[in-house]
Amino acid sequence: MSLPLTQPLRSPPLAWALGALALTGLVLSPLVSLGHAALQGSGELWPHLLEYVLPQAVLQTAGLLAGVGLAVTLIGTGAAWLVAAYDFPGRRLLEIGLLLPLAVPTYIVAFAYLDLLHPLGPVQSGLRDLFGIASPRDLRLPELRSLPGCILLLGFVLYPYVYLPTRALFLMQAANLLEAARTLGHSPRAVFARVALPMARPAVALGTSLALMEALNDIGAAEFLGVRTLTVQVYATWINRSDLPGAAQIALVMLLVVIGLVVAERWARRGRGFAGTAQRPRSLTRTRLRGPQAAAAFLLGLAPVALGFLIPAGYLAASAAGRIARAGLPETLPAEIFSTVLYAGAATLIAGAVGFVVAASPRLIARRAGTALIRVASLGYALPGTILAIGLLGPLATADSALAAASTAVFGAAPALIGLGTGGALVTAYLVRFLAVAIGTCEAGLSRVPGSLPDAARMLGRGPVATLARVQLPLTWPALVSGALLVFVDCVKELPATLLLRPLNVETLATHLYGEAARGTYEDGAVAALLIVLVGLIPVAILLRLGSRSPQLR
Amino acid sequence: MNFQAADAGPEPPRLELVGVGRRFGTVQALEGVSLVVRAGEIVALLGDSGCGKSTLLRVVAGLEFADAGAVRLDGRPVDASVPPEARGIGLMFQDYALFPHLTVGENVRFGLSGRSRTEARAIAAGRLEQVGLAKRTESYPATLSGGEGQRVALARALAPGPRILLLDEPFSNLDRRTRDRVRADTFGLLRETGTTTLLVTHDPEEALAFCDRIALMRSGRIVQVGTGEDLYERPNSRFAARFFGDLVEMPARCRRGNLETPFGLLDAGGAPEGANRLACLRPETIRLAEPGHGTPGRVVRRSFLGATVALEIAVDGIAAPFSLAAHPDDPMRPGDPVGLVLRGSPLIFDLARD
Repeated sequence: MSLPLTQPLRSPPLAWALGALALTGLVLSPLVSLGHAALQGSGELWPHLLEYVLPQAVLQTAGLLAGVGLAVTLIGTGAAWLVAAYDFPGRRLLEIGLLLPLAVPTYIVAFAYLDLLHPLGPVQSGLRDLFGIASPRDLRLPELRSLPGCILLLGFVLYPYVYLPTRALFLMQAANLLEAARTLGHSPRAVFARVALPMARPAVALGTSLALMEALNDIGAAEFLGVRTLTVQVYATWINRSDLPGAAQIALVMLLVVIGLVVAERWARRGRGFAGTAQRPRSLTRTRLRGPQAAAAFLLGLAPVALGFLIPAGYLAASAAGRIARAGLPETLPAEIFSTVLYAGAATLIAGAVGFVVAASPRLIARRAGTALIRVASLGYALPGTILAIGLLGPLATADSALAAASTAVFGAAPALIGLGTGGALVTAYLVRFLAVAIGTCEAGLSRVPGSLPDAARMLGRGPVATLARVQLPLTWPALVSGALLVFVDCVKELPATLLLRPLNVETLATHLYGEAARGTYEDGAVAALLIVLVGLIPVAILLRLGSRSPQLR
Repeated sequence: MNFQAADAGPEPPRLELVGVGRRFGTVQALEGVSLVVRAGEIVALLGDSGCGKSTLLRVVAGLEFADAGAVRLDGRPVDASVPPEARGIGLMFQDYALFPHLTVGENVRFGLSGRSRTEARAIAAGRLEQVGLAKRTESYPATLSGGEGQRVALARALAPGPRILLLDEPFSNLDRRTRDRVRADTFGLLRETGTTTLLVTHDPEEALAFCDRIALMRSGRIVQVGTGEDLYERPNSRFAARFFGDLVEMPARCRRGNLETPFGLLDAGGAPEGANRLACLRPETIRLAEPGHGTPGRVVRRSFLGATVALEIAVDGIAAPFSLAAHPDDPMRPGDPVGLVLRGSPLIFDLARD
């Protein structure tokens, strides 16, 4: 009753190898092309860049990163400790609320506050009415359009990157150690400074580095607020001066900053293994606050939520409602929604499929090669959108001309630029940049499938591909869907690469908003901004759903 | 219920391992493992955790690859170029590895993809009937008890008619009472279907009671292969002897062909004059007698175990007290003197070779 032993049918996984090679090429091509472009030199422009543009941009970027780093660390760890160590009415609400600013992209928070704090905007008008001041010139508020203003705004929307892992760490590991410290005679405040904070260092380092990546990636907020960062200069050098080598050179400097951030993060996590204990974590017993103390704690925790989400989102909702009531929906809105969903959707589908296969390949094909592929394919997440876009221009143009040449040879006529002309370029950029998100969530999902299940499928006569389709895919489906949703949202929010790579005359919600802000016609952008924020709430909901299943949020 | 080996002669070898080795980094997980499993035989791979028995099972399954030696199935070599799905081997996992998103019936049919739909349904129904779970065909694994899960896993592994079935600690996740019943049922079914089986276990009683032959493993090597009687009565090392039960160990030096021990002169089994040997007694070969008979000893502890009492006995010249079973009516108390009479031959080991 035995099955006949089939002959060895192990063909080398050629398709996989070719796919892996292509993906590696795609991810690495921006870097190679940047280096190539930068080496060509921009001749007479380089001395100008070197003398006037770069030093200032590097200084402003360094100032911005230092300031934002300090701000997100203070706000993020403070908020995490507040909700992890103390109990007061409204704490549970705050635990969730503190995540909300994740939904607001940096350029939208700047957009909202610029309008809100405009001399003719509601805040200044209200203050003037209150104090009976007639002329805007007589009421001087600190200027928002400045480096400190930019730091504050970014700090209040980027702190959740620190809050999230730090709070998880406090919840996961704090209990025993912190209680040990208490029994050894330390006050709660001393425990925070001497035990909790040093223990949280890896989480803080991770969160801060992610927040700084976002700050470096930002183009809208910095530009609206008049801060000439490297990102802004790359964009300006390319768009205004059409100087690709110059832009590439600045982009390479940015790349150094990225590497610096990664190294700094590794260094800050050095020598500490905090990856969780074998025991089931027990939550910290919170100190109960009452009366004025409780009220103060609540207000303290509410401040970042209000500044980072409630006020800007509320303001956007109000002005979007006003705009719709007065003039109806903007006429261009359906077209913008369509192109936004089209490009983001296409990238999401591809990233979901590719991400799942990449994440599964260590189990499917070969452990070493698969793991290496995951590393390489996830690199794009560290590349700011501007660097990616500038870096992809060259390879895409080459691909386009190759296609055109092939088409001319076969059909006798060349089509329009396929990559750069149709949005293929934009989808490619989204894919490279956000593939890591899809891979990461699929990997997490796959790692929860016990290894014996795919082994069992193999023992029952199914090949690797059938095993993946019949066992791992159905079991990882929820993770794949949430990963795809995260990619979609990231694509919708993405601004710098979209600005640079969208086809001519195509506007997405994000680029429309950018255009309105550049023109100073804020109200017209409010509807688009509100839509982006609403879409941005999806990942917050996913995080909360994941969080409700385990005490540890991601 | 001790199943005896069928006449092993005429049956052809189903599985042959020749000098199989596997190294993980600096750890030599398997070294020079050679073993033959004949068609219809049930063989146990017995050893402590980490001895390499599970790795050996995975090498046979094709989930892991040997870096030395050869594996042959029905005389044909299977190396890394034969993937697990092409080997026609069944494997039942320690955690059963039932697919949580498929019903019991779909799980059992999973390995029947080559058959027609009706044929697959008929085979699966038959297997589920055999393990007494026909009624649970539409249930999902999460709703099964541990014993039921084990039986579904068995039905699933048997459904494709594997040329050899590998069992990886199949009973270790069950509580003791369920285990005894499920174990007897499982081996009954394997005998009934004549399934060639290689079982990984750390439980010597399981191996003794249910398997035709036992391969005892230690640190990646097979130290002894044989029937249960071979290993229990003629262990080739102190390790093998200790694995199957308590030993009363008495180091001694050979004088004129004998070892001088607290139990008197024992035959040294041909050891040279002056050689150091370890004479070992199984506790069940020592009989309790009135004081003054045989070797004098003293009760140091009495533990009531229900059906028996365990008496711990100290004997001058033997390093550690040893435990003997007695009837609960036995009146002996700590401090009482006893006599000890030997009624079997000792096991003699050369520690220099162990």
